[in-house]
Amino acid sequence: MKTTDRASEGNPIMNHQFSPAALAPRIESVGVDIEGVNLSYGSNHVLKDVNLAIRPGEFFAFLGPSGCGKTTLLRLIAGFNTAQQGEVRIGGRDISVLPPHRRDVGMVFQSYALWPHMTVRRNVAFGLEERRVPRAEIERRVDAALDLVGLKHLADRRPSQLSGGQQQRVALARTVVIEPKILLLDEPLSNLDAKLRVQMRQELLSLQRKLGLTTIFVTHDQEEANTICDRIAVMDDGRVQQVGTPQDLYDHPANLFVAGFLGTANVLDGTVQGGDGGSVFVGAGITPVALPPSVAPGAAGKLMFRPQNLIIRQDGTPPAPGHARLAGRIRHREFLGASIRYAVDVGGQLVQVDAPHQAGDALLAPDAPIILDLAADKARFLSR
Amino acid sequence: MTSLALTRDRIARVRPGPALAALLIAAFLLLFLVVPVVQVIFVAFQDKTTGAFTLVNFADFFRNDLFMRSFGNSVYVSAMSVVVASLLALPLAYLTTRFEFRGAVLIQSLGIIPLIMPPFIGAVAMQLLFGRNGSVNLLLRDHFGFSIPFMEGLNGVIFVQSIHYFPFILINLSASLKNIDRAMEESAQNLGCHGFRLFRRIVFPLAMPGYVAGASLVFIKVFDDLGTPLLLNVNDMLAPQAYLRISSIGIADPMGYVISVVLIACSLLALWVSALAMRGKDYATVQRGGGGLARRRMKPLELVAAYAVVLLILVLVLAPHIGLGLLSFATIWSFSPLPDAFTLKHYHTVFTESGQYITNTLLYASLAALLDVVIGTAIAYLVLRTKLPGRQWLDYVAMAALAVPGVVLGIGYLRSFYGVPMPFSGQPLSNFWLILVFALAIRRLPYALRACTAALQQVSSSLEEAAENLGATKLRTVGRIVVPLMSGGILAGFVTSFATAAVELSATIMLVHSQSDAPLAYGLYVYMQSAAGRGPGAALGIFAVIIVGLGTYLSHVVIERGRRERGQDH
Repeated sequence: MKTTDRASEGNPIMNHQFSPAALAPRIESVGVDIEGVNLSYGSNHVLKDVNLAIRPGEFFAFLGPSGCGKTTLLRLIAGFNTAQQGEVRIGGRDISVLPPHRRDVGMVFQSYALWPHMTVRRNVAFGLEERRVPRAEIERRVDAALDLVGLKHLADRRPSQLSGGQQQRVALARTVVIEPKILLLDEPLSNLDAKLRVQMRQELLSLQRKLGLTTIFVTHDQEEANTICDRIAVMDDGRVQQVGTPQDLYDHPANLFVAGFLGTANVLDGTVQGGDGGSVFVGAGITPVALPPSVAPGAAGKLMFRPQNLIIRQDGTPPAPGHARLAGRIRHREFLGASIRYAVDVGGQLVQVDAPHQAGDALLAPDAPIILDLAADKARFLSR
Repeated sequence: MTSLALTRDRIARVRPGPALAALLIAAFLLLFLVVPVVQVIFVAFQDKTTGAFTLVNFADFFRNDLFMRSFGNSVYVSAMSVVVASLLALPLAYLTTRFEFRGAVLIQSLGIIPLIMPPFIGAVAMQLLFGRNGSVNLLLRDHFGFSIPFMEGLNGVIFVQSIHYFPFILINLSASLKNIDRAMEESAQNLGCHGFRLFRRIVFPLAMPGYVAGASLVFIKVFDDLGTPLLLNVNDMLAPQAYLRISSIGIADPMGYVISVVLIACSLLALWVSALAMRGKDYATVQRGGGGLARRRMKPLELVAAYAVVLLILVLVLAPHIGLGLLSFATIWSFSPLPDAFTLKHYHTVFTESGQYITNTLLYASLAALLDVVIGTAIAYLVLRTKLPGRQWLDYVAMAALAVPGVVLGIGYLRSFYGVPMPFSGQPLSNFWLILVFALAIRRLPYALRACTAALQQVSSSLEEAAENLGATKLRTVGRIVVPLMSGGILAGFVTSFATAAVELSATIMLVHSQSDAPLAYGLYVYMQSAAGRGPGAALGIFAVIIVGLGTYLSHVVIERGRRERGQDH
């Protein structure tokens, strides 16, 4: 990207607020239902029994590592591939047999896919022309859409003359101008630099809120999904692992994959044994941890907790009620500014601990012994 | 001027080695490209007797009916060849990029087969197959009572040229179709576009630059070609007229020069038009993870139609080769669909009488190709790796040879070197066989230069810096690191130069002075002048095809092996 482009990305365009009033009144928001979808390419089973219900007006994310099937699922909704089983309904209507051009599903491509042989205006007008909208109305709606993304003054440029952020806005305008039933975003922020990405995701959210458009957002970046999406479907290996709000997923992950994908997770090996007050988790270097009654003695699984769930004890007092105690030795430390992350060897397993940091606080030395307390209700026992 | 702006400081930093190489190359280009061409242009504007500047020669040209007709014919033939070549190339390009098609391998070979035989060699064979009394028309007349004038007059030139040159369009068009990202098409579908509208609004405009590049190349090649019209006995076109004026009236006649200037002007015009059409349209849109348009499997009926089209074109493309093969073994082949009987006599004749054509060709073509890759590598290195002032001009001048038709270069050499006596023998320098090698080298230099430049661009300069850091001198670094890493590209350049120089006729025909110095293409032309010479001529043509085909195949094998060894297999 040229430096001149970068400069033009600063104020005032950067701080432009989306103004949806310029667009025609929106049709009613619709939901998307995905039921029993299975899709394979030859012997490669890409989507395995996917079921999702996306609510009208929701900002929804497909989140997962590359190869998890999230983009395949998005393209299935847009009609660019075909499932062997299952159906996709938009607003209650099965669209599985419709060709892509009749689905009325707006998609913003990862590469933006702006046509280089057309100006910005022609790019945005394209979908309306295909719908045989009268010429005067096309002009009006294109102007409104370009206004919406703050690029009206660049309408006669070619896409190659725009910066990455501007191209992104054009792609967005080109899609929303046709007033699609739902909006699909395929890693829309991945081609932008870090600063612009943060800016753009807020703008995306405010646009979506004002248009009330049901939106599906594909990303591999959990921070991106957490900050702007109402709900997230975490995917791995072609399956939906868990659906929930960002907080839900972080605090109550359904399995180890979700726990690890949405943040740093400490995972301890051990066994579940029966005790007086119910089942307890027993592991090396840690006092027994009380488990909820739903976990039966002998169950296989691991104990999961976050680095900030641990409290460093240096005064030698016994653990408070409902707390388990871990004893270990510091292996190394990372200074992160607001906190310090210690890697602690607990009974042969490494555990990460975050200690908040203030100016003047002394750091603990590597190789020093350390005592940690863990509130049992913050830890989760995950069977897989 | 950069050279004037040189401060002492900058002079001190210019190394003597690269500067010397640059001077040598500049001298070579000046002597064997710039001077002859400028000479030709100069003479065209000169009064024949007084030597003063005049436009009267051009006035004569435009007043002469024969020349104007030739001009019109050349434009017509070139334009029609582009049209026919497009008709052959479009369906093939569409098939390979749009469908999952097993015949794609067949189509790829279709893209190479015509190029390994220059059009004029096959021209005579095409007469025998498609001419008024050729096999096809004889059969048509006997069974259906009509015939098709494939080879009548200008039709023959168009037919032969378009079969030969359509791969230029096929290759360029396929490449640009493959460079269209799938998302380009999908986003249009997503916005409600499909079918033919999708093709017209998105796919075709994006593929346009590739098509224009191929089409303009075909236009220039056909416009400049001398051999095919000569062998088909179509003389009222520009290149044959230039040749005939010089060879029959002499090198003092200004009309040959005027025609040369018109040829150069038209080449430049075509290049300019294509550059204009492509400006700002670098449409290579493939993103990471993307790649090519969506392909689908063909329905049975479509498959049958596809194979029918491919096979029909394959038969057409192979026709010159088949015809030539038959002719080389034929006793008598006239007024019959197939030869009367077969014989090996012609090959015997070629071996006993005309072995020198083959050895000369091998000598000239390999020397010219060697010269090309040495100069090409040197220019590429000077341009990409040194800060020598004016280095870019070496590249520009070498590439300018692209716009100089062979017949013009031949005329320029005659004019420039005829008056220069050779030391010792006193013969004119233009009769010396090495002059032929230089002409071939200049003609093929642009191709070799591009191959070498591309190869050097792929060698990271940090590899060189590492060698120098470990104590190697510049020259040793070039020898031990740069050239070995460029070897694939250099070899490709060598083979392209060799194969095309081996069958070059346009410049050769002007410069060959005696039979004993003549290369294969010239011998073929001489043989084909008489009915009795056709057989041996065809046999000689087969040798040309074998030399070129073998060279192309070998380079392919070597380059592929090199690529595999270096693990660039993607």
